[in-house]
Amino acid sequence: MQPAVEFQHISKRFGAVHANRDVSFSIAPGSIHGVIGENGAGKSTLMSILYGYYRADSGKLLINGAEQNIRNSQEAIDLGIGMVHQHFMLVENMTVLDNVMLGTEGGFRLKPKRHEVEAKLREICKRYSLDVDPLATIQDLSVGVQQRVEILKQIYRSANILILDEPTAVLTVQETASLFEVLRLFKEQGKTIILITHKLQEILEITDQVTVMRGGTVIGSVATKDTTTSQMAEMMVGRPIVTHLPRAAYAPGETVLEVKDLNLVNSQKVSLLKNVSFNIRAGEIVAIAGVSGNGQSEILEVLSGMRLPTSGKLQMQGKDLPFAGRKDADGLPATFRDLGIAHVPEDRLRDAVVKNFSVMMNSFLGYQKKLGKAFGLLDYKSIMKNCADLLAKFDVRPSDPDLRIALLSGGNQQKVVMAREIAANPTLMLVGQPTRGVDIGTIESLHTRLLAMRDAGIAILLVSVELEEVRALADRILVISGGAITGELKAEEFDATQIGCLMGGIHTH
Amino acid sequence: MNQADLPRWATAFALPLLNLFSALLVAAGVIYLLGESPVESLSILVNSAVLNPEGLGYTLFYAATFIFTGLSVSVAMQAGLFNIGSEGQMYLGGLGLTLVLLWLDSSLPGWLLIPLAMLGAAVFGAAWSFLPGYLQAKRGSHVVVTTIMFNFISASLMNYIIVSFMIPAGQQNTASRVFADAAWLPKLNGLFPILGETPLNISFVLALLALVIYGVMVWRTTWGYQLRATGLNQHAAHYAGISISKTIIVTMMISGALAGLAAVNSVMGSTHYLNLNFPAGAGFIGIAIALMGRQHPVGILLSSILFGALIQGGFDLSLEKPNIPTETFIFIQGLIILFCGAMENLYAPALSALFKRKEK
Repeated sequence: MQPAVEFQHISKRFGAVHANRDVSFSIAPGSIHGVIGENGAGKSTLMSILYGYYRADSGKLLINGAEQNIRNSQEAIDLGIGMVHQHFMLVENMTVLDNVMLGTEGGFRLKPKRHEVEAKLREICKRYSLDVDPLATIQDLSVGVQQRVEILKQIYRSANILILDEPTAVLTVQETASLFEVLRLFKEQGKTIILITHKLQEILEITDQVTVMRGGTVIGSVATKDTTTSQMAEMMVGRPIVTHLPRAAYAPGETVLEVKDLNLVNSQKVSLLKNVSFNIRAGEIVAIAGVSGNGQSEILEVLSGMRLPTSGKLQMQGKDLPFAGRKDADGLPATFRDLGIAHVPEDRLRDAVVKNFSVMMNSFLGYQKKLGKAFGLLDYKSIMKNCADLLAKFDVRPSDPDLRIALLSGGNQQKVVMAREIAANPTLMLVGQPTRGVDIGTIESLHTRLLAMRDAGIAILLVSVELEEVRALADRILVISGGAITGELKAEEFDATQIGCLMGGIHTH
Repeated sequence: MNQADLPRWATAFALPLLNLFSALLVAAGVIYLLGESPVESLSILVNSAVLNPEGLGYTLFYAATFIFTGLSVSVAMQAGLFNIGSEGQMYLGGLGLTLVLLWLDSSLPGWLLIPLAMLGAAVFGAAWSFLPGYLQAKRGSHVVVTTIMFNFISASLMNYIIVSFMIPAGQQNTASRVFADAAWLPKLNGLFPILGETPLNISFVLALLALVIYGVMVWRTTWGYQLRATGLNQHAAHYAGISISKTIIVTMMISGALAGLAAVNSVMGSTHYLNLNFPAGAGFIGIAIALMGRQHPVGILLSSILFGALIQGGFDLSLEKPNIPTETFIFIQGLIILFCGAMENLYAPALSALFKRKEK
């Protein structure tokens, strides 16, 4: 049988960077093919070549056995190639139907076409048991359903080869399971699926064949049933990966943070946090597990001073956090930071860095007041030196302090943020989704850092939607659902099923 | 393709020069259509604005005002605020210094009077921009809208104040009385006699000083760091503990103070009285200067001189070439704003494609 996609000796350079080097492998039709590799391994470049965003410098690309020269995404679509991006390309305030039609309206009047498309959508939904209402507005849909709309769009455009870029990064366990159901149905219908992911467990679960990339080249292409996660991880990183990181025995010190009856109501009178109470002691990592959007972001915002709570008592080392009498949180994070609270925010690009500043300028964001000398003058010489030290210590690559931080990969940006917050010697560290969009090697090093801080007696609050991460780091696990804490477990009681139930708001006790 | 792909010198020099060249090319075409020789016109323009020392004096005199309005717009832009109101703030600055002078010019010596008057200009300019800043910071009213409205309000207010209270009895001119000699800014032609009878005065030196202070404050201090962080990413600024509303209000007041100081040059250095509509668009030219100079001190200086030269040269050009009306200056100014502001990245794709090819 002809392969659905065949890469033959594909090479692509960007300036001095060899993004793809002599990449050759093929993808069988009607199969699910995983492509894995660390950030910068060349997966995205390769997929962009397949989807017509870039053109290869050399090499051949064969679709269904015929050599193709794909010049833009329209030509890729015409060849039956569809792509679901990590960040959805949907118009939020339009309906599912309108989003699917967008770009294929075909005429001045919308109405006749709309009826036709709606009928076709309903038929597709039935065939693939995709539960989507064509008339729903995108912004009312959950992330998982929005992703289905993206897939629906591709099927409507009769895609036979579907590329999914990190599809489960934003999904819950249940949503991931139902996505995989859909993908299996696709496979039965003879469609070919290319799955790009960081999560090796998912590769094992759903793919038939897996290709591992590192440094722009293909390390190997193996049948999934013949491999294991540790074998794949080793191929990706080029060295064995430690799955169980060493940590000191659990010996928490005094209580650092005490949260009592924390409530948060937003301007639309929606209750986001309901009577949340917990404490964190020195030298322990308390993790808040939950499906994203259940209040964990708000807990971080309140504790870092970025948002005022509606009511509740927050005590840091026995003293009230000073926010009483304030009308807004403008400038409050500085006060909290002075009290020894460091914060690695969930949304790195929005909150943690100024994209158009250099790495050096970002290396003291939040601590700028402390660095001001007479007349507020900044001593860039010593800042530069400190920054270079941090970059070396945290192995940030490239270690150029003058580079705009936007040009670093997500993992390296996160290392800069983490380095900055650790360097502040905090008493309490708030960490939100520290490894979102970060590759395995970097995850290992970030986790090692966090555990070292814990062992050094720092209180750490971790918010993560990755249960694997919670399991790897937490001493105690709080589960949040609908803005309320639904359960608490000790590390040794870790049970994914029970946590899953608690995350869904079901109490098992 | 964005300009970030380009080396620094290309975005800082090559792009603005290409844009300026394009604007002049279009202007040359229009001058040709008016029936005059573009080459000859350009040589008249350059000659009278730069090569002739007295002309150069006038060019720098105009530039001094533009440096202050350019700084006014630039400092606000650093914080992500588009202050369209420099015109009105400059107008009110003129009122501030005039009130000080009318009150004290007969009793105080110049060395005390002039700084006091300048303080008055800065305070009035700052006060006039406080409200738009406050409304932006606390109520979210967009500063573009409020400052435009404040320009209209200031025009009407000043009209009322000058006409009702300031015109001395028996005078036809819609202006205040002439200030005492102590309030006249020292001219630079005392030091450089070659400049001839030009109004170029110490405010040009003050403008240069202001450029240096601006450069140090914005790029070398904690305050400037917070200012720029707020301008580039308000979320991150909030995360970093920077008070957004304080930054906005203070920045708008500094912007207004700089616009107010722009009034010093012409009112105290040339006319020596407050007259109706004296800013004459200098506040708006400040916007063009900030855009073209990319809010950089050197860029602001060079574009201020360019605009000063255009006014001076354009005026002489229209005297010598009856076919070319005085409005030509406004036309060329418009073209420069169009090419350097609205279409500043016009040549960026071509330029970065050029670099890409070189790299291979």
